[in-house]
Amino acid sequence: MQFFFEVLIGGLLAGVMYSLVALGFVLIFKASGVFNFAQGAMVLFAALTFVSLEERGLPRWLALAATLGVMLLLAMAIERLVLRPLVNQPPISLFMATIGLTFCIEGMAQGVWGSVVKGLELGIPDTPFEVKGVLVSQFDLAAALTAGLLVAVLALFFQFTRVGRALRAVADDHQAALSVGIPLRHIWGVVWAVAGAVALVAGLLWGARLGVQFALSVIALKALPVMFLGGLTSIAGAIVGGLLVGASEKLAEVYIGPALGGGIENWFAYVVVLLFLLVRPEGLFGEKRIDRV
Amino acid sequence: MIYREAGQFRTTYRADQRIFPIVQDRVVVAALLLVAFVVVPLFASEYLITALLIQWLILSLATLGLNILTGYAGQFSLGTGGFMAVGAFATYAFRLRAPALPLLLDFALGGLCAAAVGVVFGLPSLRIRGLYLAVSTLAAQFFIEWLLTRVGWFTNYSASGVISAQRMVIAGVPIDTPARRYLLVLSIAAVLALAAKNLVRSRTGRAWMAVRDMDVAAEVIGIPMLRTKLSAFAVSSFYCGVAGALWAYAFLGTVEPQAFDLDRSFLVLTMVIIGGTGSVLGSFLGAGFIVLFPIVLNQFLHGLFGEGLRPGLLPNIQLFVFGSLIIFFLIVEPHGLARLWQIAKEKLRLWPFPH
Amino acid sequence: MVTVPRQRIGDVLLRLEGVNLAFGGVKALSQVSFEVREREVCAIIGPNGAGKSSLLNIINGVYQPSSGSVLFAGVVRRAMRPHQAAASGIARTFQNIALFKGMSVLDNIMTGRNLMMRAPLLSQAVYWGPAQREEIAHRRKVEEIIDFLQIEHIRKTPVGRLPYGLQKRVELARALAAEPRLLLLDEPMAGMNVEEKQDMCRFILDVNDELGVTVVLIEHDMAVVMDLADRVVVLDYGRKIADGPPDEVRRNPEVVAAYLGVATDADRQAVGAG
Repeated sequence: MQFFFEVLIGGLLAGVMYSLVALGFVLIFKASGVFNFAQGAMVLFAALTFVSLEERGLPRWLALAATLGVMLLLAMAIERLVLRPLVNQPPISLFMATIGLTFCIEGMAQGVWGSVVKGLELGIPDTPFEVKGVLVSQFDLAAALTAGLLVAVLALFFQFTRVGRALRAVADDHQAALSVGIPLRHIWGVVWAVAGAVALVAGLLWGARLGVQFALSVIALKALPVMFLGGLTSIAGAIVGGLLVGASEKLAEVYIGPALGGGIENWFAYVVVLLFLLVRPEGLFGEKRIDRV
Repeated sequence: MIYREAGQFRTTYRADQRIFPIVQDRVVVAALLLVAFVVVPLFASEYLITALLIQWLILSLATLGLNILTGYAGQFSLGTGGFMAVGAFATYAFRLRAPALPLLLDFALGGLCAAAVGVVFGLPSLRIRGLYLAVSTLAAQFFIEWLLTRVGWFTNYSASGVISAQRMVIAGVPIDTPARRYLLVLSIAAVLALAAKNLVRSRTGRAWMAVRDMDVAAEVIGIPMLRTKLSAFAVSSFYCGVAGALWAYAFLGTVEPQAFDLDRSFLVLTMVIIGGTGSVLGSFLGAGFIVLFPIVLNQFLHGLFGEGLRPGLLPNIQLFVFGSLIIFFLIVEPHGLARLWQIAKEKLRLWPFPH
Repeated sequence: MVTVPRQRIGDVLLRLEGVNLAFGGVKALSQVSFEVREREVCAIIGPNGAGKSSLLNIINGVYQPSSGSVLFAGVVRRAMRPHQAAASGIARTFQNIALFKGMSVLDNIMTGRNLMMRAPLLSQAVYWGPAQREEIAHRRKVEEIIDFLQIEHIRKTPVGRLPYGLQKRVELARALAAEPRLLLLDEPMAGMNVEEKQDMCRFILDVNDELGVTVVLIEHDMAVVMDLADRVVVLDYGRKIADGPPDEVRRNPEVVAAYLGVATDADRQAVGAG
C-alpha cells in the first residue's frame, strides 16, 4: 500500500511538471488561438541558455535575468516574423508554422550552445523525506510548489490586472477586442513573453531533473495529451490534466508495464487521453464547439 | 505562344474530364515518362539513382498518402511513420512466413495491413475533430513503434531488433541492381499516383474535400461521414504502408522501427506543407524539395565556409534553415510548390504577353 | 401577381404535428403544426429569432424535436438524421452559404449527386470503365442544372472566388442536383440586390413549375413572399400564429402586431382611412 502511494505521489509530481509545459501552450492558445507546437523547444532553449550562461561565469541571478530577457526577445521576434505575416491564415497554417518554429528554435539552441548534455543544479536537494511512512522526493515537492505559485500568480494576473483582462478579451474574440481598442499585437507579444517565462521555469525544473538535453523537447510533446485532456483553453485543465496523466502513466508503468514488456510510458498517456476524448471530445474543461450551419 | 490552348475544343465530357486536357501537357508528361523509364536507368549514375531518385519516389508515395488524409480529407495526422512501419513489418512477415507469395502481392498485403491499422486509429475521427485528432495519430505512432520493438514475433525474435530485408525477386528476376530497384519503385509510384489522381477526381475525392471544407454541411447533403473519413484513413495508410515497405526493401535493405519514428512523420508532413496540400503533383514536388535541400545546403555552406565549420553545427544549421523554409513557404505561398507551378503555367499560357 | 392554377397542387407531402424544440431552457418551437402539399410553394415568415431556421433544421433532421412528429412522403418519424433526410428526397440551402470553398462550381454541384453514385472505391481508382461512365452520366445531369440556372460561364471557377449572388445560385444548383421532392431554402435572397432577387425569384418559380419540386422557403422580403408563395406560415417566438394564403395572412392582426408592434387606436384609424 505504501508503495502504491509512493508511485502515486511520484506520478502526481511528475504530472505537475507536464502541467507547467502545458500551461505555456494554454496561455498562447487562449490569447491568440495559435497552437504553439514550439513550446517544448522553447523550454529546451530557455534551459540551455540559462545553463550555458552560468557555465560562462555569470552569477546565477544575472543568468536568470539574461535568459528572461532572451526569451522576451524571442517572443518579440516570433510575433514580428511569424505571427504578424500569417495573421489571416487558417489555424492549421499557424500550427504548421509553429512546427517550423520548433525546428528553428531547436537548431538555434543546439547550434549556439552545443548539444552536449548539461547538468543543472538548482540547489534543491533530492533527498527524500518521509510523510506517514511514504517516501516523497523533496525536489518533486519543491517543483509542485513552484508550479502552484506560478499558476496562482497567473490566475491573479488574468483576473485582476488591466493587461490580464485584455488577454481574456482577446482570447474570446479577436475582432471584438480590436474594436474596443485593445492593441492586438502588443497583447500577443505579452502572451508569448509570459509563455516564454513559463517555459523558462519549466525548463529549469525539468533540466534539474533530467539534465538539459535534446530529449527535453520530446518530453514536452507529452504535454500535448495533457492539454487535450484538460481542454485546450483551460488553465485548470492543464493542471488537472497534468496530474491525471502523470499519475496514471507512472501507475501503469509500475503495475501493468511488466506484463507487457515495459516501456509503456511512451504511449500510455496518448492512448488514455484518446479514450477519454472519445467520451468527452472537448476535454475536461474545454469549450464545446458548436457548429452552426 | 507555345502553351496556347486556342484551337483546342473539347466536345465530349470524356475529353473534358481528362487528367491532362491540354495537348501540350500530354506531350510533356509522355516525354517525362519516357525519360524516367528509359533514359534514366540507362544513363544516370548510381549515386543519382540510389541517393536521390529512389528516396524521392518512395517519400513521394508517403507524402501522397499523408496528403490524401490531411490535404484532401482535412484529417490532421502525425502517425505517418507508424503506418509506414506497419507496411514494412507486415511485408516482412509475409515474405518470411509465406515465401511462395509473389513480391508485389506482399507489398500490397503490407499496404492492406497498414490500411487496417489506419482505420482503427481513424475511428476516433468520428467523435474528435480538428487538432484534437492529433492525439489519436500520435497514439498510433508511439504505440506502433513500441509494439514493433517489444513484441519479438514482428522481428522474428532477432536480438538486435534490426532485421535484413529479404532479397527481392519478381518472376525469377532478382531485383538487386540500383537500376532494377529504381524501375520497381518508379512503376509502383506511377501506378499509385495515377490511382490517387483518379480517386481524387471521383466521388470519393469530392466527398473527402467536402468533409475537409465543411463537414456539417457535407453530412446534411448526404455525404456519409463514417465511410468518407474511414476511407481517407484506409487509402492514406495503404499508401504509407507501401511506401514503408519500399523504404525497407528498396532503399534501406533493413526493416527497423527507427526508420519510421516521429521524426519521419514530421518530415513527411513538411513535404506535404511545402509541396502543397491537396495536390498529387505537390506531393512529388514537396518530397523532391526536401530530398534535395540538405544536399544543396551542404554544398552552399561548404562553398561559403570551406571546412571551417564546427562539427555538429551543420545539422543544426540545416534544422534552422529547414524550419525557416517552412515558415517562409507558409507566409509566401501557403498552397506550396504546386500553386507556384500552377501560377507559372498560367503565366506561360500568356507568354510572351504580360496579361 | 402570379395566379397559380390550383390543380397542380397535390396531396400532403410534409406534415408537422405538435413539434416542440427546446435548447436547454430556451423554447425554440412550441407546438408547431402545419402541412405542405406536393408542388406547393410555402413561405415561412416571422420576426428574427422566431425559430424559422430551427424549423427547417427539424424538417431535414439536423435538429431532433423534443416532442411531436414529422411526416414526409407517407413516413412518420420523430427523429431523423440529416443523411436519411437527404436520402428520402429533402434538399436544402443555408442562410450563410455552406458551399465547399476549396472546390469548383462543377465539383460542388457534383457533390449533390453523391448519394446516387455507386461505383466502389477500387473502380474509382482505376477510373476507366464503370466509374468513368458513372461520372459522365452524372456530369450530364449536372450540366442540365447548370444550364437551367445559367451558370455555364463559371463552372470551373473555384467557388470562393464568386460574388455572393452567384454563390447562392450555385448552392441552389447543388440542392437541385439531388433531384429532391422537397426543397428547403433558408433566406435564398438575403443580401441580394433587386436584379439578383428577380433572377432568384424566377429560378424558384421555374424549379417549382418545370421540375415539380415542392418548396419551403424562409424569406423576409414581403413582396417576394406575396409573389411566390401559395401559402404562408407565420412564426413568432416559436409559435405558429397564422397559416394560409398570402393575402389572408397579410391582413391578420396578430401578424401585423408581431411585425410592427401592437396597433393603437390611432394606428387602426389611420390604416382604416388609407
